Amino acid sequence: MLAYLIRRLFYALPILIGVNVITFALFFVVNTPDDMARMQLGVKHVTPEAIVKWKAERGYDRPLFWNDAAPGAGRLTQTIFFTKSVKMFALDFGRADDGRDIAREIGLRMGPSLAVAVPVFALGLFAAISFALLLVYFRATYLDFAGVVLCVAMMSISGLFYIIGGQWLVSKVWHLVPISGYAEGLTAAKFIILPVIVSVLAGIGSSARWYRTIFLEETTRDYVRTARAKGLSERLVLFRHVLRNALIPILTGAVVVIPTLFMGSLLIEAFFGIPGLGSYTIDAINAQDFAVVRAMVFIGSALYIVGLLLTDISYTLVDPRIRLQ
Amino acid sequence: MMFKPVLLWSDALFFLLLAAALGGVAWAARVEHLRVAWRRVGQSRTGMAAATLLLAFVAVGLLDSLHYRERLPGEKEAYAVEVRSALDALLSGLRTRTEKTYSAPLATHSFAKETLDAEGGGRDFPRLKYGGAHLGDDLAGQGADLLVRTVQGLGIGMVAWLALWLASAPLRRAAPGLAWNAALVTLLALCLVAGPVAALAQGYHVLGTDKVGQDVLYLTLKSIRTGLLIGTLTTLIMLPAAVFLGLLAGYAGGWLDDVIQYVYTTLNSIPGVLLIAAAVLMMQVMIDTHPDWFATSAERADARLLALCAILGITSWTGLCRLLRGETLKLRELEYVQAARALGVSDLRILSRHILPNVMHIVMIAIVMDFSGLVLAEAVLSYVGIGVDPNTISFGTMINTARMELAREPMVWWSLAAAFVFMFALVLAANLFADVVRDAFDPRAAR
Amino acid sequence: MNLLEVRALSVAIGAARPVDGVAFDLAPGETFALLGESGCGKSLTALALMRLLPAAARIAGGSVRFAGEELCVLPEARMRDVRGGRIGMIFQEPGTSLNPVMTIGAQIGEALRVHGGSAGRERVVELLAAVGIPDAARRAGEYPFQLSGGMKQRAMIAMALAGEPELLIADEPTTALDVTIQAQVLDLLRDLQRQRGMALLLITHDLGIVARMADRIGVMYAGQLVEVAPRAAFFAAPMHPYSRRLFAALPDAAARGQRLVTIPGSVPPLGTQFPGCRFVARCGDAMPVCRREPPPWRTPADGHAVRCHLEAAPAAALSAPGAAPEEKLGAGTAAQLEVRGLQVYFPIRRGVLRRTVGHVRAVDGVDLRLAAGRTLALVGESGCGKTTVGKAILGLLPPTGGGVAFAGAPQRGLAPARMQMVFQDPFNSLNPRLRVGAIVAEGNPAADVAALLEQVGLSADMAGRYPHEFSGGQRQRIAIARALAVRPPLLICDEPTSALDVSVQAQILNLLTDLQARLGLAYLFITHNIAVVDYLAHEVAVMYLGRIVERGTVAEVLRDPRHPYTQALLAAVPRLDGRRERVQVAGDPPSPADPPPGCHFHPRCPRAQARCRTAYPESVAFSATHAVSCFFAA
Ligand code: SF4
Ligand code: SF4
Repeated sequence: MLAYLIRRLFYALPILIGVNVITFALFFVVNTPDDMARMQLGVKHVTPEAIVKWKAERGYDRPLFWNDAAPGAGRLTQTIFFTKSVKMFALDFGRADDGRDIAREIGLRMGPSLAVAVPVFALGLFAAISFALLLVYFRATYLDFAGVVLCVAMMSISGLFYIIGGQWLVSKVWHLVPISGYAEGLTAAKFIILPVIVSVLAGIGSSARWYRTIFLEETTRDYVRTARAKGLSERLVLFRHVLRNALIPILTGAVVVIPTLFMGSLLIEAFFGIPGLGSYTIDAINAQDFAVVRAMVFIGSALYIVGLLLTDISYTLVDPRIRLQ
Repeated sequence: MMFKPVLLWSDALFFLLLAAALGGVAWAARVEHLRVAWRRVGQSRTGMAAATLLLAFVAVGLLDSLHYRERLPGEKEAYAVEVRSALDALLSGLRTRTEKTYSAPLATHSFAKETLDAEGGGRDFPRLKYGGAHLGDDLAGQGADLLVRTVQGLGIGMVAWLALWLASAPLRRAAPGLAWNAALVTLLALCLVAGPVAALAQGYHVLGTDKVGQDVLYLTLKSIRTGLLIGTLTTLIMLPAAVFLGLLAGYAGGWLDDVIQYVYTTLNSIPGVLLIAAAVLMMQVMIDTHPDWFATSAERADARLLALCAILGITSWTGLCRLLRGETLKLRELEYVQAARALGVSDLRILSRHILPNVMHIVMIAIVMDFSGLVLAEAVLSYVGIGVDPNTISFGTMINTARMELAREPMVWWSLAAAFVFMFALVLAANLFADVVRDAFDPRAAR
Repeated sequence: MNLLEVRALSVAIGAARPVDGVAFDLAPGETFALLGESGCGKSLTALALMRLLPAAARIAGGSVRFAGEELCVLPEARMRDVRGGRIGMIFQEPGTSLNPVMTIGAQIGEALRVHGGSAGRERVVELLAAVGIPDAARRAGEYPFQLSGGMKQRAMIAMALAGEPELLIADEPTTALDVTIQAQVLDLLRDLQRQRGMALLLITHDLGIVARMADRIGVMYAGQLVEVAPRAAFFAAPMHPYSRRLFAALPDAAARGQRLVTIPGSVPPLGTQFPGCRFVARCGDAMPVCRREPPPWRTPADGHAVRCHLEAAPAAALSAPGAAPEEKLGAGTAAQLEVRGLQVYFPIRRGVLRRTVGHVRAVDGVDLRLAAGRTLALVGESGCGKTTVGKAILGLLPPTGGGVAFAGAPQRGLAPARMQMVFQDPFNSLNPRLRVGAIVAEGNPAADVAALLEQVGLSADMAGRYPHEFSGGQRQRIAIARALAVRPPLLICDEPTSALDVSVQAQILNLLTDLQARLGLAYLFITHNIAVVDYLAHEVAVMYLGRIVERGTVAEVLRDPRHPYTQALLAAVPRLDGRRERVQVAGDPPSPADPPPGCHFHPRCPRAQARCRTAYPESVAFSATHAVSCFFAA
């Protein structure tokens, strides 16, 4: 099993390299640094000098892959590819266009992102599984039917409306919590509660419906019939046999997103003014700060790959068929 | 000529798609298992109702895809720079009757107080230029006027429905046993809503006006095309790659399989929104640094729309590809494929005769299932600023401009409400339809 | 008093009645077998007794009295006490019928707890030991996937015993198991029944199992019982035309050289309306009255009841019209197919770098020789590598070593014009998206589809239809026609009848013998069914764990088996006369990834000596054709 994990780890490396190459191509080959400089400085009135200065300040004045002018190993290292892409493997993301250190910024903003994302993840998973179980317990009744209709209706509403509706109703009409903002420590709770509820509501329709199909499929298995033939009650059959088997795909499927929770949610953080990585990304996108977007792409992919690894590990932990082989 | 037709790239693709859909229908009518599956869709009341609603949306989108440039008056043959569509022509009343700024649905007065520089002065809600203008000074008669128009509209709607009912009779005779009643009821509901709206729209802004005084009803109707295009073109763009690579990886195995798997795992590991954001930013730079590529602003917006579809396609083909690979792996070991190999049938022929037809249902299901997600994604992306061109009318841009005004007191709610209702109807219909299609095409359900 | 009294039991699925008015009794300690082909409603009957019907089905009427209590109206909570308590049940697929993520012990403990027993670990281990699971204490902590199929079925039985049932319902308990394992499980059931005085309701399609196990038999057809009789009377003289044909359709040595009796057509589809007898469309004895009136029950002898209009069963034994065609076109003795030292290894990869650390030796040095126009049967249990041999000969799998020669010339890769294959599963062997005509012409676009279809007993106008419109037997005919389209002299038949009912199997076997006589085809017949071998084959090769252990003519191998494995295999086949031979092997076949050293069979061999553990026995010739790989072949 250890060998298996090591192999997966080795497999992750080329993927990360691939991501790196893709982002590099996207940011430096599709458009030249000159294009970006012109864009940043306003397309109309740019002088060549301004472009040169802009590039020099940000280290974009080097060649892409091969620096003939540099001595020794510097031919490879004094390049955009090395300084901007390869260094990311060492978690060196450089500076944002506004001059701030990206790594430091990320460290600061991780907390608020997690403060929202973790409760959303845990509560969302719990709520969706419970709702799905409820529907399956009452399967083939009107309750089940109504529940499925509700799920489909809920998943047909754009997330934007959940947020706008939530803010309007809870904050503007009922005046229960502030409409947006963030504070450190325990006071954060009053800022977090609404975004959490809104996100859970926005996600529950599709996930509950998806889990319901997994549960339903599981109830048609032969071992469920065996369990009934043993004389188990429907409740025991559902909670002891069906749930345990269905949770394996559900939980291991959820594990993959755990590392990416660090990244926060773009929409929620932007709407609710939470100073996390999500809003950082949005701000960077709006300010067209390529350095930050590039760093976030890399971190996001790295976290996703960690998620894939965790999925493998969690599979070996919960599924005896894999654990013991 | 009074006008010059303009074929935008997206129009061309949209028509191509419609032609492909029509061709698909003709093909499905001849192939038994497809006919059976579509029949199951047709027998479902939900399926027929959702399909009717979707067709209504498609009709609007189609009208909005017939583009032209108007001829400018004068001797010389010159055409306006503005590109308009058949829908614009139909709704020219709505399009041209712009107010100064916000006004509530069916209002006669503006939403914001203004300094009236006419006699008396002071600040008050000014009368709208068009909304309720026909009432003149008889503002007390507004209620009666609304009622009359509504009743007239209902009548028109009823007549329209009856006409459609009669017109569809041959169709219903040709395919008996389908849930036509559900379709007709949906159609009736549509007519009974559209009739009064159309009647009222002659004299009022049924859904109000937005910040710059544009009619919100017009904006929502224009948004439909954008949503439809994103939902369908994206899939169309990614489909060939997903199918080709998926089948290849599953059937060939070996290093080809490894490479294809590597490519899609890598693409998949980049968080979707970020990849889209990065790509859209880059595309924006490209478009902005080459303003000379596009003759009209419509063309530029169109190019950006297509590019967005392409980017969404690149980020979304991996799921289908993985699914197809898995299914191909399974099919490859099935006895009929083994038998074909034993008979010396070539690999290409095995792929086209034995594998492809047996994974088509997965492709079909993927197309309909992806649609609603893409429509929703468009709104979010445009909202975040990495979606369509800000000048393109879409649900996302509508919401984006509208939500600034939520903080106003009293609230400007109608833009949001309009976008909400239309989007919800479109996505719900798509979701319901997708469910029915999935159930009908899933081979497990066939038994 | 009867333990179980079933009266007029009906099950409905929509408007259809897959079980329609079934009635029978079961005395304490008795074994009653419900016999029937697939789709006759026997499994639904069993599930209805337990009120475990699938969601689409419901009990439409009738009564089930168990120990004087009416089960059909019992509240669900009380019914749960009956399920797994007074009535235990085991199912066909032990592989899927156990919860994959719970240990065996936990699953049995659960059954003990529901029925108020002490759920202690000792009790669980005791039960596992009682069903003959070795090392029960350790096994209790294992998960189902760690157990072999036979062990899983034993664990299922242990679970069913947890509630000390008075009645055990066994739904095809051994159908998924190999014949040597089947014999073990049947013996176990029998022993447990004796010890505990349980009644046994056995659902099966296999006459041999019925003969071995049952006290009384009920034959079902199209949702109804058509004959109920004590075992002796039934096997001496089955009365119902359907029962009689079932017997006659069984292939065996006695039927060699003759055509088998078949039951024409196939089971009527669910939802058919029957004004008269349900069997009338397929009955050779049908009279005009049979179409009009449902036949009444008759009791020609005490305890022997038949539902048929016939007053008395015709005395003459059934025989098929016409003997099998005699002349064997071009049957020669020169080897047409020659396989030498064939090896197919599948690598096992482990570790960080996925290095190959070993091989699954699916086929490990197989020699075969088949003359034109003859039939060679390759016999063995699942996992012995027989299908792999077939695919490797055909060229679908690359051999690791050894080779194949056809008509004297070595052959590499596929040779479509020389040999073709007929596969086991008729439902996966035809592409559902192609019409029959296109399927048949697949390998040879110039083929005369109509003639081919007629050659396999189908009508030419079927070419325009799709596979799903055909029954399993018809599909198998289409698959044969597809293979014949390229006129191969050799057909490799991989269990072509094992997915089919007995009556349909007879049709296919008749077709195969006809084709051999007419076209001079040679068959490599891969099967586990000894009776089919006995009926059809000229030569036999017995395979165990990738190697041939005994070969010879049918007479030599089946009448005078020399290898202990062959002997055990033959003894394990349930016989119609109910006689049982106790020469049996214990345990399960080992994995071909890790075959035992020396003779592969030694861990299970009753005759094994020290020598067998170290060296693999050379093949010993007993005659020009008969050879055995055993040190102590007598
Ligand atoms: S009733 Fe008639 S048709 Fe039915 S089995 Fe008896 S003889 Fe045959
Ligand atoms: S060689 Fe030994 S172990 Fe093998 S079959 Fe013969 S007696 Fe048994």
